Amino acid sequence: MNTVTKVFESNAKLVGTGLACRRGGRMVFEGLGIEALAGDFICLRGSNGSGKSTFLRLLSGFLPQADGALNWSVGDETADHLPPEIFLQSGHQNGLKPNFTLRENAAFFASLMTGSALPGEDLRSASAVFDLQHLLADPVQYFSSGQRHRAALMRFALVDRQVWLMDEPTVGLDAANRAALGQLIAEHIARGGIVIAATHDPLGVEGVELNMDDFQPKAMIAEEAWL
Amino acid sequence: MSAAANSMPVFLAVVRRDVKLAWSQGGGALLALGFFFVAVSLFPFGVGPAPQVLARIAPGVIWVVALLAAVISLDRLYQADYEDGSLDDLMLSPIGPLGVSAAKVLAHWLSTTLPLALLAPALGVLMNLPDQAYGALILSLLVGTPALSLIGSVGAALTVAVRRGGVLMLLLILPLYVPTLIFGVGAVDAAMSLTDPMPHMALLAATTLIALVVGLFASAAALKLALE
Repeated sequence: MNTVTKVFESNAKLVGTGLACRRGGRMVFEGLGIEALAGDFICLRGSNGSGKSTFLRLLSGFLPQADGALNWSVGDETADHLPPEIFLQSGHQNGLKPNFTLRENAAFFASLMTGSALPGEDLRSASAVFDLQHLLADPVQYFSSGQRHRAALMRFALVDRQVWLMDEPTVGLDAANRAALGQLIAEHIARGGIVIAATHDPLGVEGVELNMDDFQPKAMIAEEAWL
Repeated sequence: MSAAANSMPVFLAVVRRDVKLAWSQGGGALLALGFFFVAVSLFPFGVGPAPQVLARIAPGVIWVVALLAAVISLDRLYQADYEDGSLDDLMLSPIGPLGVSAAKVLAHWLSTTLPLALLAPALGVLMNLPDQAYGALILSLLVGTPALSLIGSVGAALTVAVRRGGVLMLLLILPLYVPTLIFGVGAVDAAMSLTDPMPHMALLAATTLIALVVGLFASAAALKLALE
């Protein structure tokens, strides 16, 4: 990939304690604790509806926490949330414009996140990760769902950020591309990145498992008891 | 990270993308222009070709149909990005929700409502608009159309997560277009009757400025709420 391999801040740390999140009046999870250091791969497990996506959206800053505290620190600098300029996220939708080509989509994503144009060799090496080089000039609307998904995952190779939040990154990937994803994650954590991924499939990367089923609300909260 | 240093290129990238999307296949700009043209050209058939009658109603018809054309195109302002997930990425960009709504409103104005203002003189001919009113028609639309994009952006942001929210958005924002409509038509009417259109124009500019201040903040807040 890059000729010079950048190493991230080794004292970066994400700590969450007693986190709880509520959606539509229902408590999705509570008492969730997480600690991620530079080089950690955290694998969110749990049954459907246990709050994996909700937790990732909470980390992305889209959802407010109902309880608990989140702390991000690099050395002396701390924040009570993940600053948007240090992470990348991918959700259930792929965030691609159907009538733009893959190259246009990638170039826009890079300039959206960094403000500078995407160098050609970066685009080539990023598209090579998931074997998409030959599709760069094609509009995304003609892609298969697996190709779309790979195109969405390409963002992690396009823009260099320390923290990756991935929601179901393996859905629709074939064995070869799942291995490529595992490889990408392994390289990222090897240089001090932090990856938090919700997935049901093994990725072949050593990581800490966080089971969302352990943080299900214990008792019905008073204000919804009347329901 | 110097967020301030790279926010301008990011802002321009969003504007460029949205203008390009509006004019590409499935974008709303051409649709809005087509609607504007066809709807106004129905009036001579509907009310009869009497030149005085057409001239009398011309400013009102052109302005009202321009409002409706703007609303039609606003429907998808944020919804398309919401549905394909790119709204998440936009909100996490260095320019944040406020910058995103400003960029998208500017792009909407450039790609859709500004062309409406430029097409209006041709429709003025169709409606037998008196010669002395063309300047005021173009100027009033140039001053007033940013307000259409700005106010509409609030409605579009509020209904972004609502399925088939188009009609709801219409009900939300059309009443808010009334001041723009009154002063816009007032300016053209004044020019038609050879009086000074400038007082109307100044009030029109004032509504646009209010829409600028309120609209962007309200859109940004509504977008944050929609993604929760």
